[in-house]
Amino acid sequence: MSLLTAQGIYAGYGEADILQGINLTVGANEIVVIVGPNGAGKSTAMKAVFGLVPIRQGRIEYVGEDITNQPPERMVARGIAYVPQEANVFPSLSVLENLELGAYAIAGDITPRLEKVYEIFPRLKERRQQQAGVMSGGERQMVAMGRALMIEPRLLMLDEPTAGLSPRLIDETFERIREINALGIGVLMVEQNARQALAIADRGYVLASGRNRHEDTGAGLLADPEVAKMFLGG
Amino acid sequence: MMELSGLISYAVFFLTLVGIYAILTLGLNVQWGMTGQFNIGIAGFFAVGAYSTAILSTDRADNWLGGFGLPFPAGLVGAILITIPIAWVIGRITANLRTDYLAIATIGIAEIIRLFFLNESWLSNGVRGIPGISKPFGLGNNGYLLLVIGFVALVYLLVEVARRSPWGRVLRAIRDNEPATAAAGKNIAHFRLQAFVVGSCIMALAGALYAHFVGFISPEAFRPLYGTFLVWVMLIAGGSGNNLGAILGALVVWLVWSSTEMLAGLMPSGLVASESAFRIFLIGVLLQIILVTRPSGLLPERRPPLPGRDQ
Amino acid sequence: MWIEVTQLFINGLLLGSILALGAVGATMIFGVLRFAHFAHGDLMTMGAYFALLVVVSLNLPVMVALPVAMLMTAGLAVGIDQVVYRRIRRVQPVILLISSFATALILRAVVQMIWGSSNQVYATGIQMPWRIGPLAIKPDHILIFCAAAVLVIAVHLFLSRTRMGKAMRAMSDNMNLALITGIPADRVIMWTWAIGGALAAAAGVFLGMDTRLHPVMGWTLLLPVFAATIVGGIGRPYGAIFGGLLIGCAMELSTLIIPGAYKPAVAFAIMILTLIFRPQGIIKGAL
Ligand SMILES: Nc1ncnc2c1ncn2[C@@H]1O[C@H](COP(=O)(O)OP(=O)(O)OP(=O)(O)O)[C@@H](O)[C@H]1O
Ligand SMILES: [Mg+2]
Repeated sequence: MSLLTAQGIYAGYGEADILQGINLTVGANEIVVIVGPNGAGKSTAMKAVFGLVPIRQGRIEYVGEDITNQPPERMVARGIAYVPQEANVFPSLSVLENLELGAYAIAGDITPRLEKVYEIFPRLKERRQQQAGVMSGGERQMVAMGRALMIEPRLLMLDEPTAGLSPRLIDETFERIREINALGIGVLMVEQNARQALAIADRGYVLASGRNRHEDTGAGLLADPEVAKMFLGG
Repeated sequence: MMELSGLISYAVFFLTLVGIYAILTLGLNVQWGMTGQFNIGIAGFFAVGAYSTAILSTDRADNWLGGFGLPFPAGLVGAILITIPIAWVIGRITANLRTDYLAIATIGIAEIIRLFFLNESWLSNGVRGIPGISKPFGLGNNGYLLLVIGFVALVYLLVEVARRSPWGRVLRAIRDNEPATAAAGKNIAHFRLQAFVVGSCIMALAGALYAHFVGFISPEAFRPLYGTFLVWVMLIAGGSGNNLGAILGALVVWLVWSSTEMLAGLMPSGLVASESAFRIFLIGVLLQIILVTRPSGLLPERRPPLPGRDQ
Repeated sequence: MWIEVTQLFINGLLLGSILALGAVGATMIFGVLRFAHFAHGDLMTMGAYFALLVVVSLNLPVMVALPVAMLMTAGLAVGIDQVVYRRIRRVQPVILLISSFATALILRAVVQMIWGSSNQVYATGIQMPWRIGPLAIKPDHILIFCAAAVLVIAVHLFLSRTRMGKAMRAMSDNMNLALITGIPADRVIMWTWAIGGALAAAAGVFLGMDTRLHPVMGWTLLLPVFAATIVGGIGRPYGAIFGGLLIGCAMELSTLIIPGAYKPAVAFAIMILTLIFRPQGIIKGAL
């Protein structure tokens, strides 16, 4: 059974629908990448899945259960974690506090979870007393992902995790995402560094103007000359 | 027969105060209803207007500045001329503050203005206040009511014309979508400042009319309750953004406010230690009910289409 | 001269700790709910009168009545939120602002109706001040200092050690992310009101001990309390403590130069200067 399926989603902020009938699936253990031009509705799609933008039509299922328009709290309780594109840390809180809050919904000892996150991002352990707001962009992104991992999600949703990072950090981030995926966590991510992202993706979607334009395996999209020309910059 | 004339003179008194409050509410509507400026320092400008005309128009006195014995029109014009620089300076400092900061700042300003009139006796005779502010042109209460109604109509016309003018459209555009208006090349700070000064001058005008009506003013009259709170209740109840609503709100709320006096009078005196506190309690509860159930007021704003926002 | 300055400084710290207690609550409400709570001063008044109720009816010392008053005011604040603010939270922040203005008047009217408008005190009789050299310090002042310090430390521990405290800071930092993280906003909001109300009550009781009880006692402190929150940076409890002490001292020391009647104007001037030059608060970093 697939982890997440979104079917015929219509959603938007005001009167107009930004998303006009998009479909997405994420299989267990898959890395699925969404690419597309600016303003295509990629972030909106993520928010709609997570219950942050009202869905007017369509249906979202998570391991076979209807989760359409459920509040974020419920998503977290079911094991879906989401890292938004911007403002994704609590700036005046320390790294450790950011991670602890990630596990707010978890009763009991969270030390084992913390250790796991530190294993993936050793830098966060060194920096755990530092205020998140004064850290570099790359470190903040680690805090944000670490915070999301604290619920031990089955599905991790990342909106442009490499935006604004240096090439070396971009490589490292994709490497981490693969490691996370190897732990058995499905990943749905939006990416502007489309080629690299598709290279590690099991499958990919191209969104444009709120609609599905292409969908294929990561390699398939990379090989598609039309996709390359229109969406991957030649 | 006696009763009827008593009733009429009460009605005249009542309507005059409604008219003065209507002018205050129209002034607030320029700032809040049209521009989105959250001024809760209305009492301050109300006081400046009242004291200005009091000082300008009373006869020579030893206990306060002046009086200069000037005629009524000079008092009104003077009140507005004195308010312009004060409002301009305050507006310059505060006009770009976020809504909640502006609210805090304006309530502070009103309080400081009140403290100023309370403590600078040479100017205002302190707590003892300024008596002997006469009605103009030998008018009695009835005549003065007509005069106030005339001013209400005049201010209404001016504000309504302004609202429909390109100037008013820019103000509303700023209120509804500041970034887009800035992007359209409008100098937001400028328009805000203008609206703030215009609204404040209207409030000062109301203050001046009030001073000549009651004949005696002291800092007590400019506490936030009468000067500010009731005006807000009126605008919210009437429908902010709608000038007729502002006038209707003044009428309805003053009616309610006055009837709470009777209600409080009906309470057994042992139960209610303080009648005026009970009235404030009732009006506060009324406002809460309006806010919870009907936040856009009796006459909600009808929005003419804004250019550039119709996509 | 320096004796006078020191004495004023001590008075300033006293006023400052009262302001700080009010400002911590106001700033947390501001941070979590994004609106200036204009009834905060009147919550202080309520707290002071609740304590008077306990002092008079049970004949207890005021420091024993303090926790009771704090609990009652916390309950009152949560109740007001549930009955009024919660219903209009989603409309527009300004509606909340106006509503809190109405709440302020309602609370004050209730105080007047129940307790009347005249001045009252917790304990009659004059307390002999302790003389330390040329300085005069009332035993009550020491009591207020200590109690305020205990409360500030308790708030600090709550904010830095407990899950709820951290969640509160998180919501004030980034509301959207707090929701995404699965922090239950409604619970956090209730706690914010409870703590804000309790601290306001403490401020009110201390103010009543220092001076006297009066229906407008809290309202007159509203402006300095807001000034303290703005000087300390909105939504930052540690900043608010600093802001409270700074404003308190500035208000007292200003009487060296200008008439005491203008103390609120001093708080106001500092606040306006902060808003113009350092709208994020005058201390650097995110405390
Ligand atoms: N909070 C919002 N309110 C109103 N409209 C919004 C909001 N956020 C985004 N939009 C609009 O929705 C459309 C899609 O935005 P979205 O953020 O989903 O694009 P995106 O594909 O993520 O773009 P980018 O690559 O720039 O992140 C855009 O036209 C945008 O202006
Ligand atoms: Mg995006």
